[in-house]
Amino acid sequence: MLSLNIVVCVKQVPDTAVERTLTSAGTLDRASLDGLINELDEYAIEEGLKIAEAQGGEVTILSMGPGKASESIRKALSMGADKAVHVSDEALAGSDALATSLVLAAAVRSAGFDLVICGSESTDARTGVVPAMLAERLGVPQLTLASKVEISGTDVTVRRVSDEGYEVVTGSLPAVVSVVEKINEPRYPSFKGIMAAKKKPVRVLSLADLAVDPGAVGLASAATGVADFAVRPARAAGEIVTDEGDGGVQAAAFLAGRKFI
Amino acid sequence: MAEVLVLAEHSGGEVKKVTAELLTAARRLGEPSVVWAGPGAAEGRARLAEFGAVTVYVADSPDFAGFVVAPKAELLAQLVAEKSPAAVLVAGTTEGKEIAGRLAVKTNSGVLTDAVDVTAGPDGPVAEQANFGGAITVRSTVRAGTPVIAVRPNAVSAEAAEGAAELVSVGFAASDAAKGARVTERVAAEKGARPDLTEAQIVVSGGRGTGSADGFKVIEELADALGAAVGASRAVTDAGWYPHQFQVGQTGKTVSPQLYAAIGISGAIQHRAGMQTSKTIIAVNKDPEAPIFEIADFGVVGDLFKVVPQLEDEIAKRKQL
Repeated sequence: MLSLNIVVCVKQVPDTAVERTLTSAGTLDRASLDGLINELDEYAIEEGLKIAEAQGGEVTILSMGPGKASESIRKALSMGADKAVHVSDEALAGSDALATSLVLAAAVRSAGFDLVICGSESTDARTGVVPAMLAERLGVPQLTLASKVEISGTDVTVRRVSDEGYEVVTGSLPAVVSVVEKINEPRYPSFKGIMAAKKKPVRVLSLADLAVDPGAVGLASAATGVADFAVRPARAAGEIVTDEGDGGVQAAAFLAGRKFI
Repeated sequence: MAEVLVLAEHSGGEVKKVTAELLTAARRLGEPSVVWAGPGAAEGRARLAEFGAVTVYVADSPDFAGFVVAPKAELLAQLVAEKSPAAVLVAGTTEGKEIAGRLAVKTNSGVLTDAVDVTAGPDGPVAEQANFGGAITVRSTVRAGTPVIAVRPNAVSAEAAEGAAELVSVGFAASDAAKGARVTERVAAEKGARPDLTEAQIVVSGGRGTGSADGFKVIEELADALGAAVGASRAVTDAGWYPHQFQVGQTGKTVSPQLYAAIGISGAIQHRAGMQTSKTIIAVNKDPEAPIFEIADFGVVGDLFKVVPQLEDEIAKRKQL
């Protein structure tokens, strides 16, 4: 049996069910929001745990974020991951995708890896570029947007979803995989898991620990910048009618008025 | 005028609509050159000329179809090094964004995704993005390298402008590093005659109110009456009433059609995140308190199984006039 080093990237994000706002610098106001694990990352954790159970190996949670991200790290550990690396450094605040991928790649390298698993995008920034950037930086096969992952020896085969259907894609370990929703059903932490998570090791690393130049990350040196932003004017509610037997006719009249029919 | 590279999306020599939209945006920034990866450039050329392409760089290598994403990023990086363009525009599809990400790393450049508009600014291109499901509009610029911008399909209106579209062959061989993820099989989804969800002018989506897979058929029928794509809320895809790839919302597709019809959808914030930038929204829901009515241009409070069939009949009647 292989013993795989599996690194799962986890991001703590604001709850999508509440309103999110920007700070005056145009970055997400994270301080005022409760965080939870980015939903797609829960599928990544589950997939990592399943692979480790089937193939043998260890799952390391990797998260970059402020101190508060430790909440999400504990949750991931309580699901069954073995240990965690938390990259936390004040200089990271406001980092864009280019800098995030730089730091994550450095952390993955320092942890050692056979397989990196990410959610395909985060619910806050939703850029969807970080897994591909990680594969580029690590110089390993990019097996992303997976709705199915199979490992056979040192080959990884995924079903890559696209708008047209799907592709079957194969590469060799080490590799970067990103997963889409519905690849699995993430487990809930058990009471035993929650208790065990408290004792699992979490290494907190700074940029200096990873030998990443603080000048290459953070808001001030971001390769992208916010010129300005505006809260989109709320859509005004239009005409609402109650169906009294002619609701469909009225809807048709509205659509005809707007030239849709 | 500075050159702007546009990565063409194409299939079987047919140029996808988003490419015309990218060319329209690129013309605001400079002189658009198309990058054509794979076969079919000769067939696609006329369409590219119609939207103002000056040059078409053609790299016809089987590696683009044979390996995931990395060869296309490598080709773009090669052309960025040779041509020093003012920007690179790609389609903001899942794959386009991955290409953009890899290119940004290769060229150490800033990447902006999900742009809904692109304009020329004093310090280079300005991309408008609709964040948090369109709740906030952000205008961003790139401060380092060659701006790489992924533009959301259906966001910019394609406008014709004549261009020479001169085909220029480019020598390209993918490196071994770019051949790590090999495509061994392609399976096309059964799509039928309906338009693509993210490119459709009209989207008809059904929610929990449809009650079952069988009940959801009323959504497909209305979509076909309007020539629309079908979407679904998460409640529907989670329940297995409709395939997952049609989910609209925070964790699904983001759409921005001319008309969005939300049928039996309450309009939770996660759903609105995927559709609230639609130009016109209509809603049918039996609950008058449903939040979807707060953003609908027209709403009917009533039983969707009565209102929608009547609407279909009315559409059929009007078509006969």
